[in-house]
Amino acid sequence: MELLGYILQQCINGLQLGAVYALIALGYTMVYGVLRLINFAHGDIFMLGAFIAYYLISRFSLPIYVVFALTMLCTALAGYIIEKVAYKPLRNAPRISLLITAVGVSLFLEYFLSLKSVFTPNYIAFPRPFEVEAFDVFLFTVTNVQLIIFAITGTSLGLLYLLVYKTKKGTAMRAVSYDQEIASLMGINIDATISLTFIVGAALAGVGGILYGIAYPQINVFMGIMPGIKSFIAAVLGGIGIIHGAVLGGFIIGMSEVFVSAFLSSTFRDGVIFVILFLVLLLKPTGIFGKRIDKV
Amino acid sequence: MKKTLCICLVLLISLFCTGFSFAKDVVKIGLITPLTGDVKTFGESTKNAFNIALEEYAKTGKYKIVPIIADDRNDPTEGANAALKLISQDKVLAIVGPLTSKVAIPVSEIANSNKTPMISGTATSPKVTFSDGKRKPYVFRACYIDPFQGTIGANFAIKQLKVKTAAVLYDVGNDYSKGLAEYFKATFAKGGGNVVAYESYQKDDVDFSALITKVGMKKPEVIYVPDYYNKVALIAKQIREKGLKSALIGGDGWDSPELIKIAGNSIVGGSFTNHYSPDRKDPIADAFIKKYKEKFGNVPDALGALGYDSTVMLLKVLDNVKRPTQEEIMKALTTVKNFKGVTGRISFDKNGDAIKSAVILKVEKDGFKYLTTINP
Repeated sequence: MELLGYILQQCINGLQLGAVYALIALGYTMVYGVLRLINFAHGDIFMLGAFIAYYLISRFSLPIYVVFALTMLCTALAGYIIEKVAYKPLRNAPRISLLITAVGVSLFLEYFLSLKSVFTPNYIAFPRPFEVEAFDVFLFTVTNVQLIIFAITGTSLGLLYLLVYKTKKGTAMRAVSYDQEIASLMGINIDATISLTFIVGAALAGVGGILYGIAYPQINVFMGIMPGIKSFIAAVLGGIGIIHGAVLGGFIIGMSEVFVSAFLSSTFRDGVIFVILFLVLLLKPTGIFGKRIDKV
Repeated sequence: MKKTLCICLVLLISLFCTGFSFAKDVVKIGLITPLTGDVKTFGESTKNAFNIALEEYAKTGKYKIVPIIADDRNDPTEGANAALKLISQDKVLAIVGPLTSKVAIPVSEIANSNKTPMISGTATSPKVTFSDGKRKPYVFRACYIDPFQGTIGANFAIKQLKVKTAAVLYDVGNDYSKGLAEYFKATFAKGGGNVVAYESYQKDDVDFSALITKVGMKKPEVIYVPDYYNKVALIAKQIREKGLKSALIGGDGWDSPELIKIAGNSIVGGSFTNHYSPDRKDPIADAFIKKYKEKFGNVPDALGALGYDSTVMLLKVLDNVKRPTQEEIMKALTTVKNFKGVTGRISFDKNGDAIKSAVILKVEKDGFKYLTTINP
């Protein structure tokens, strides 16, 4: 019974971590879907989201839902600008140029924002907008922070689903990801669709950033690197370019991290995650939901 | 043949250059300290203390000191780069710092192989002055070392807190944290206690929920968290959120006002081993604290106090030697006995480590309270 409680408790821990990974992984996977680009700057947008929320809460003490709305707006804008400035001019360039640019944008964001006159490279305490409360349920405890993370992640995923599968814009997005040329022949505005993808992905990363800040109340400009890499692995694991794959991948990565720490040792944790990446690339490079090798 | 000649020539010229710069009355002293990053409050107080020491020296000293301050961001690579720059470009006579063991270890290798005396105020890992079975003759420190600190932490838990079970959480990539954890574990087990969990995490980790849930199952009476304040605050918060009531203890890395600011109630009631307490009455310490408070508005932490002690010690030695060469300074430092510093009397043992007593402080809502002093 005690073991069961322990496992359930660790599941909750894994879900909490997985939810954040899922939110970030969605951005990777959506951008890859329409542009065949691994947007390395995505982890930094996540960081940007946490910092914007920090300033909104600590300087203006806005209510939390306003913080969410404004942060999403800001990160969406950042995603839009990055796409327009860095990636759009390279639309017809070789794919490798795009990839290198993405790495460049990521490094630029990290080191520019770590300047003393911008965000500084210091660790900053993230002010929680509410007190933490724990509830005992059955064999385990859940905190209100965890419940909020689950609720907000669930809502975001639901809205994303509606957007992608139930609207014209979403149909356009899927069409572009299927075949850019044919989609443009059908009268779809490719540039606008790509911009929209970046905007939605960045907004989700912004939400992830706030949730991360609330759950682990300490932020710094390099906080996006590891979650970024792990979410990328999650996206690959689920099948890059596939939306529900990214969500499942995020939860699998979160769970594996927690269970490796729980039953092996936390020293192996990151190692196991990368072994998962190797295995996926070796055995099923298209990921869990991937059906075919994409034509290049 | 030509190559060797060339090298000899370069060496000769560089020797001449260094000799030449000493002929004037200007002496360059470098300070390597983390002014940004995860332990920036440590770096700031050390820099403040360094400047106070230089100001005092300027009134009476024999030389004009040109300080060169470098930021290491608590990053070993940054620290090593800073040390190379200070030594090869700025040609400093000696280096004060770095603060943390993980940066001080690579820097000590560089300083020692370039024969530049280095005094760290607070790097407590044994590897700073001694590694691969060899003493690094040019490296000194003004503090005690991890075996002593870890041992005191464990003895405090057994004798004062009277606990039987303990858990240890440490950063596997940090020599300081690892060293303290090892010595705590060994001493605690020797003293009849039971270390029920010995778990590590990594530098960039922020999610400790899996670890803490695991540790919580074993119901330890105390949890030893030997890390720097930022990480400790995060861990302490998550420990309390998971409903664990265990007492928390730690090392000198806790000594920052940020700890209470970030962790709040989660850390109140915890205790840690430290180098000095501003509450202890001592004329030298009181004078320093008063001056520091006037200038910077707060009471200096142990890092500041030790930074001050190491700088003053270096400057005193500098005035006493006949010629300010790096070798002379090194030799003079080895003979330092009973130097009266802010943090107590300092003598170096044969490894260049200070023989010092430790204090134990308790975390309260409004600051750290002095509990007791433990002699070596």
